[in-house]
Amino acid sequence: MTVKIKEFPGTSLSEKDFDEGKILFNYDELKGEFAWDTGIAIGSYLAALKEGLILGAACYTCHKIVTPPRTVCEWCFDPMDEYIPLLDTGVVNTFSLCYVTWDVQRIEQPEIPAVIMLDGASSLDSGPIMGGIMHKLGEVKPEKVHIGMRVKAVWKPAEEREGSVTDILYFKPIEN
Amino acid sequence: MSMRKVAVVGAGMTKFVRRAQETPKELSWQASRMALQSCELTMDDIEAVCLGTAPDAFDGVHMNGEYLSDGAGAWRKPYMRSYVGGGTGVFVPIQGWYHVASGLFDVVLVLAEEKMSSFYPHAQAAFLTIFDHTTERALKPNLLWIFALEMNRYMTTYGISKEDIARVSVLHKHNAAKHPCALLGDADITVEDVLNSETLAWPVQRLDVSPVSDGAVAIILAAEHIAKRITDKPVWIEGVGWSLDTAYWTNRDLVYPRYVEYAARQAYEMAGITEPRKQIHIAEPYDPFDYKALHHLEGLQLAERGKAVELYISGAAALDGDMPVCPSGGLLGVGNPIAAAGLMKIAELFWQLRGEAGDRQVAGAPRRGVAQAWGDLMQVGTVVIMGR
Ligand SMILES: [Zn+2]
Repeated sequence: MTVKIKEFPGTSLSEKDFDEGKILFNYDELKGEFAWDTGIAIGSYLAALKEGLILGAACYTCHKIVTPPRTVCEWCFDPMDEYIPLLDTGVVNTFSLCYVTWDVQRIEQPEIPAVIMLDGASSLDSGPIMGGIMHKLGEVKPEKVHIGMRVKAVWKPAEEREGSVTDILYFKPIEN
Repeated sequence: MSMRKVAVVGAGMTKFVRRAQETPKELSWQASRMALQSCELTMDDIEAVCLGTAPDAFDGVHMNGEYLSDGAGAWRKPYMRSYVGGGTGVFVPIQGWYHVASGLFDVVLVLAEEKMSSFYPHAQAAFLTIFDHTTERALKPNLLWIFALEMNRYMTTYGISKEDIARVSVLHKHNAAKHPCALLGDADITVEDVLNSETLAWPVQRLDVSPVSDGAVAIILAAEHIAKRITDKPVWIEGVGWSLDTAYWTNRDLVYPRYVEYAARQAYEMAGITEPRKQIHIAEPYDPFDYKALHHLEGLQLAERGKAVELYISGAAALDGDMPVCPSGGLLGVGNPIAAAGLMKIAELFWQLRGEAGDRQVAGAPRRGVAQAWGDLMQVGTVVIMGR
């Protein structure tokens, strides 16, 4: 360079250039609709959620129980075809207090996404794996949330469940 | 393994801007042309072209490789796009490297381009589709979530303060103030400014984050016998490595980037590096967020786990320190047009190792540097070692 090069290309535009019509542009919307098959492992997972259960997949060769379930063990590449219910309680491994939505809208009350290590799955202590899932926390003041907090799933009423990760509304702290 | 030596012999880049007037093709051509001119070559000298660009969703153009191909000078040549998410910018020179090291080609153009401003209203929303459509997307996740979750896990595990992490953002933006292509260089920014910026997803605040940007970077690679004819200051690619960890990111402890360690060990072994902290003189770890630079310095074995921040506290990470980190200004300062940002780090090592980095030139005539990028859902590590 940057010593030898004096001029760099690239022209910076501002929002104002668009608002004032100084720039020609082509606006279009892309529309795509999809219906994703859930497959064997996740299909079983979703069916169990509808029944109020969280499934893990086990490999007895590798002594691992992981969630969400899958059909192949990432360590030995053999089938992981035994699905067993875990508990709907666990520990907050990490969390965030998020003040923006997925499409960058500001919100006053933060969403509290978290990674929750479910009871009954393999833990960090048993190797480089944990039975963690991403979900949200609720019924808790943001300032009270902490790593290591014990939590329990709050489910939708059985008749409203549809076989989705949102059949769990959120996880809430377990009262001591 | 019998491999030919490969050198970087030229480099060029556009300014990184929030929104460029130029199209992706035009940015690509500008960077490529500049790289060619920097080593007095023409497109006729280029035998193959390697392109790196990140998700098609930003451009709204499927088959973005084909779309960019005239700006890349690719027509009537062997041409291929590689893609490993945010790791692409440091992977595409690896692709170029094996094209040349294998003996297949003597001179290759490596180009990385990203234009993120076309996505409305904000490129952030395009990231929704990187999450698993069935098990995660139903929760309407924000890309910030995974960074915030990882940052919290990292800082809480080791008891690192937000004040200390903010030092990373401050140093990189200071360095970027000396980079002629930087979007967010700021010679006056302080730790307080970072701590007072808007909280997006605690613990992540606005000034902890790199800006979405438009830009392009290109380099020229040449086999040894050609490189020595082109320049008396070739910068050699001494080692490369890349690795992918489990895509079930909630099944890993986010405290440590194992995939960076695996990629780094592969690259160090190839380069004959046994003591990276002594043998590496400049580090350009991937820094889309300030804590990520720390995380990656640890994965690169340039600091003990949980101790990378001490490089910043002690001053070792500064331009005149023992281990300058992101002398370019990094993604936090120069900007983050995803694939181009990674290749910018390679270009920075090229200029630094030739002593051509101007006001940003690090002290002590460095002989060797490492550049690293990271991507996908937090599981790809790509590493390149360069030396003179
Ligand atoms: Zn197994």
